[in-house]
Amino acid sequence: MQKYAGFQEIEHTADIALRVWAASIPELLQKAAKGMFTVCGVQVNKQSRHQRTFQITFSDYESLLVHFLSELLYYLERDNLAFERFRISINEAQVKVTAYGYPVLSIQKMIKAVTYHQLQVQTTERGYEAVIVFDV
Amino acid sequence: MVSLSDFKKISDYEWEIPKTAHPDMKVPVHIFATRRLLEKVFDDESIQQAINSATLPGLVGNVLVMPDMHQGYGFPIGGVAATRYPEGVISPGGIGYDINCGVRLLASNISIEQAEPYLDALATALDHYCPSGVGKAGHIKLSEKELDQVCTEGSRWAYKNGYAQAQDLERTEENGRIEGADPSAVSKRARERGRDQIGTLGAGNHFLEVDLIEQVFDPSSASIMGLFEGNLALQIHCGSRGFGHQICSDYVDEFQGAVKRYGIKLPDRELVCAPLTSPEGQRYLKAMRCAANYAFANRQILTYYARRAFEEVLAGKVPNWELTQVYDIAHNMGKIEVHEINGEKIRVCVHRKGATRAFGPGNPELPREYQPIGQPVLVPGSMGTASWVLLGTTESMKRSFGSTCHGAGRMMSRSQAKKKIWGEELRNQLQSRGIHIRAGSLSGLAEEAPEAYKDVDDVVQTVVGAGIARKVARLTPLIVVKG
Repeated sequence: MQKYAGFQEIEHTADIALRVWAASIPELLQKAAKGMFTVCGVQVNKQSRHQRTFQITFSDYESLLVHFLSELLYYLERDNLAFERFRISINEAQVKVTAYGYPVLSIQKMIKAVTYHQLQVQTTERGYEAVIVFDV
Repeated sequence: MVSLSDFKKISDYEWEIPKTAHPDMKVPVHIFATRRLLEKVFDDESIQQAINSATLPGLVGNVLVMPDMHQGYGFPIGGVAATRYPEGVISPGGIGYDINCGVRLLASNISIEQAEPYLDALATALDHYCPSGVGKAGHIKLSEKELDQVCTEGSRWAYKNGYAQAQDLERTEENGRIEGADPSAVSKRARERGRDQIGTLGAGNHFLEVDLIEQVFDPSSASIMGLFEGNLALQIHCGSRGFGHQICSDYVDEFQGAVKRYGIKLPDRELVCAPLTSPEGQRYLKAMRCAANYAFANRQILTYYARRAFEEVLAGKVPNWELTQVYDIAHNMGKIEVHEINGEKIRVCVHRKGATRAFGPGNPELPREYQPIGQPVLVPGSMGTASWVLLGTTESMKRSFGSTCHGAGRMMSRSQAKKKIWGEELRNQLQSRGIHIRAGSLSGLAEEAPEAYKDVDDVVQTVVGAGIARKVARLTPLIVVKG
């Protein structure tokens, strides 16, 4: 059976919008990250692997998504790193993330911010779904 | 869902969505558009976003939308909304992530005939001196103390450090320094992002462009600004870089809690706001002003390096190669201003998101030489097409909180543009028209293709028809530098 998780870029006149779906919240975060680095058009150098660990305190899944992706954008800008794999553990309103990634060789597009625009993490029959709008 | 039949026609250039269109609307929405431009915006969510913006507490007058409108996040791009001060609210999403993104125009006495042989070298020098593109650091790394000074002094910091001429500051909105900035309201992360990005263009639709002044419509006003047909001018379009983006992100996030505390119900979480007098609102105002001053200093430093490029290429070859400032305007800002509404002068916080301040003649905030003519308004077109210099009018003060359009306005998504347009082909097309292009990314170039935007001439015709601006000059591009 095909795994229920993925992302798809959807039309937005000026910015970038991604539909993301997954069976669980950690998977949803991972797919959102994959989608974001894909729309940024990053090429990485896989010769050296790096990791970053961070914690997020959240009030709802929408703010969790915004904080998680914003944190990754921060490391992209500051440390020139793009992440491919994640270890994510959720404990009530706290998430601990270890992100594994590589130095970026080239990047097509920089995202200015992850917005809350009409952001709703919806429960579906098979898990969770959200549309995230990025300011570019 | 709103349809064209819900609109009340005010004139050929102005349409109203009455307050009755949605039960939560506090004020009507007025859209400046021809019927043709209005029909086009039904393709995206901008009208719904304008209606959502009209639900903010404390609004006065009308929510206004300019003809270059398109879908944004929270507010539509091209939106203007004024809230009563001090009872109303301030919404960081109504100003945008790129706080004080704006345009600067410099004039020259260099004729196209004199410049022609050197344009390619000039494109290379501008590209070299003015860093553009994703994640590029500038020539300057600010110390923590210097960053504080940039936050509070804006272009005046640049002047004190030899990056500006006195006239540059006189001919900048707010003289390049907004009062009330307080660096203590800025997060550590924003500071970190701001320290090495000053003096950089960034990517996306930001650019540096050398233009030909192709046609002058008002020779008397144009000569006051130093604009003469057949001469070169320089435009710089950029904002507050990662510093401003981080400040907006921080406060949009913080205000998620503020709306709950103040019992404010909104149709979109990106519209979050806080009362202007609340501790949260006051802190955002202080931080936003830091970003605004940073953006003024950023465009000023880019001006300094653009002047160096002109000097390196043209000095000794072309007489009078200097660049003089025409004006520097913001098109993503929140400002406390006094406006007359229904005969009453009231203090308001004007949110302009993708809209330009366009004060009419006689306004005391204008430099002395511009008092008789009004405020210069700079409207860059899409890449490879014309840009416009306009002036604010008495009518813009009455009808649009002294505001007008800010550009051509997108109508095609970036992914659609990339599917339809091949970056390399576009570069060749522009080059075959004599435009010298320096672009960091070919796919980025395709995303900014002229076909992805409305016709800037239609947009300008609309604001002129509506009376909220008047024409001074039309510019066409010779050199485009972008990330």
